[in-house]
Amino acid sequence: MAKPIDQINWHELEIGSVVTETGNAVQYETGSWRSDKPVVNMRQCIKCGVCWLFCPDMCIVRAEEGHFTANLAYCKGCGICAKECPVGCITMINEEA
Amino acid sequence: MDKYSVFSARLIEQTEYLTSGHRACQGCAEVLAVRLVLKALGRDTIVAMSTGCMEIISSPLPLTSWKLPWIHNAFENSAAVISGCESGMKAMMRKGKLPAKKINFTAMGGDGATADIGMGALSGALERGHDMVYVCYDNEAYMNTGIQRSSSTPYGASTTTSPAGKASMGQHTQKKNMTQVAVAHNIPYVATACPSFPFDLIDKVKRAAEMPGPAYVHIMSVCPTGWRIPPEDAIRYGRLAVDSCMFPLYEVVNGKYRLTYRPNPIIPIRDYLSGQGRYRHLTEPDIEKINDMVGREYQRIVKMSDEV
Repeated sequence: MAKPIDQINWHELEIGSVVTETGNAVQYETGSWRSDKPVVNMRQCIKCGVCWLFCPDMCIVRAEEGHFTANLAYCKGCGICAKECPVGCITMINEEA
Repeated sequence: MDKYSVFSARLIEQTEYLTSGHRACQGCAEVLAVRLVLKALGRDTIVAMSTGCMEIISSPLPLTSWKLPWIHNAFENSAAVISGCESGMKAMMRKGKLPAKKINFTAMGGDGATADIGMGALSGALERGHDMVYVCYDNEAYMNTGIQRSSSTPYGASTTTSPAGKASMGQHTQKKNMTQVAVAHNIPYVATACPSFPFDLIDKVKRAAEMPGPAYVHIMSVCPTGWRIPPEDAIRYGRLAVDSCMFPLYEVVNGKYRLTYRPNPIIPIRDYLSGQGRYRHLTEPDIEKINDMVGREYQRIVKMSDEV
C-alpha cells in the first residue's frame, strides 16, 4: 500500500481487511498530538538509554554520539522520559513557548 | 543477556516489532508492555489478539503497527484462535509441509477479554495443553470503551459504571485474581509482571515462551486516562503498585511459587491510592480495608514461596 492513507478508496482495500504491508503505521505521524516537547541537555546525558526503554511511542532514537533524542514526528509529549531520566537531563518545554 | 546479570537498558534487543504511529493515549504503559513482550518473544512469533485497547490503537485499517503475523479476532476467542494456529502448524510440520521450527504462539488480551469475556476459551486452551503463551494486559477496567468496570477492577475504584457518589463508594467487589485462576489449571508457567520492571518482564516472557506447554503472564499496565493520573507518572505508579504489594511480582513454575521482587521497605498503600483520581473518594475505613486485603494476599504468596 504505497499510497498515503487519505488517498485510499474503500474498493482498493484487500478482501478480509488484510493489511499486506507490515508496520505501515509509521506514515501516521502522532507528533501533532503534543503540547510539550522533550529537550535533552546533551552535556548532562550519561547515555544510559532509560528514556529509550520506557518510551511508549518508540520515538526515542540514538544519535551518532550515543546520546538519545526524541523523534518529534512521533513524540506525543507524555513526559515519561523526563520523569524517568536518572540524571534529569530531559526537560519538557511548551511547544508554543 | 542470560550470561551476564547486567541490567543495562542499552543491552536489550534493539529491534522494534511494534512501530511508532500507533494511536495509544499519551503515557500509555500498556503499549509499552506490548513492546517489551514482543522484544522478549522475538521474530518467530504469531500473535492473536482480542478486541481491546491494544487492538484498536495498533490496527486502524489500512494501517498496522505490527511487524509480526498478527490476527485480530473477536473479544472472547483469542485463546481458541491461537490453539487452532498451534495445532494446525504442528500438523503441517509433522507432515513436512512446513520446516520444523520453534514458533512462539502468543495470544494477547486485555483484562476484559481475559477475566470476563474470554475466560472460557482461555480455560479450555490452558486445559488442552497447547504450546502457547497467553499474555493479559491488565489495566483494571474496560478503558477502550470509556472506563467501564470489569471483574478485574479493584475494590473501591470509581469507574463510569461503578461511580463514586453519595450512595456508592465505587467498585464494591474484589478484583478477580486471574493469576490464581491460571495457577489452578496446573500449567507449567504462570507469572505476574509490570512494565515498570522491564528486565523482570522480559525475563518472565522469555521463560514463558521457552516452557513447553501453556504459559500465562499477567501484566499490570497503568492507564493514565482511566486511573486519572498525569501521563508522565505512568511508570511511577506501576512501581508504586509493586512496592505497596498491591500487585506482587511472582512466578509459579510447575506449581512452585517464587517471589521475584520483594519490596523493601514496603511502602504504605496510601501512597499508591492517594494520587489516583479513581480512588479520590476513599475514606479511612475503606483504605484500612484495602490495606488488610492486600496485606493478606501478599502474606499468602510470601508463605507459599518460602515453603519451597
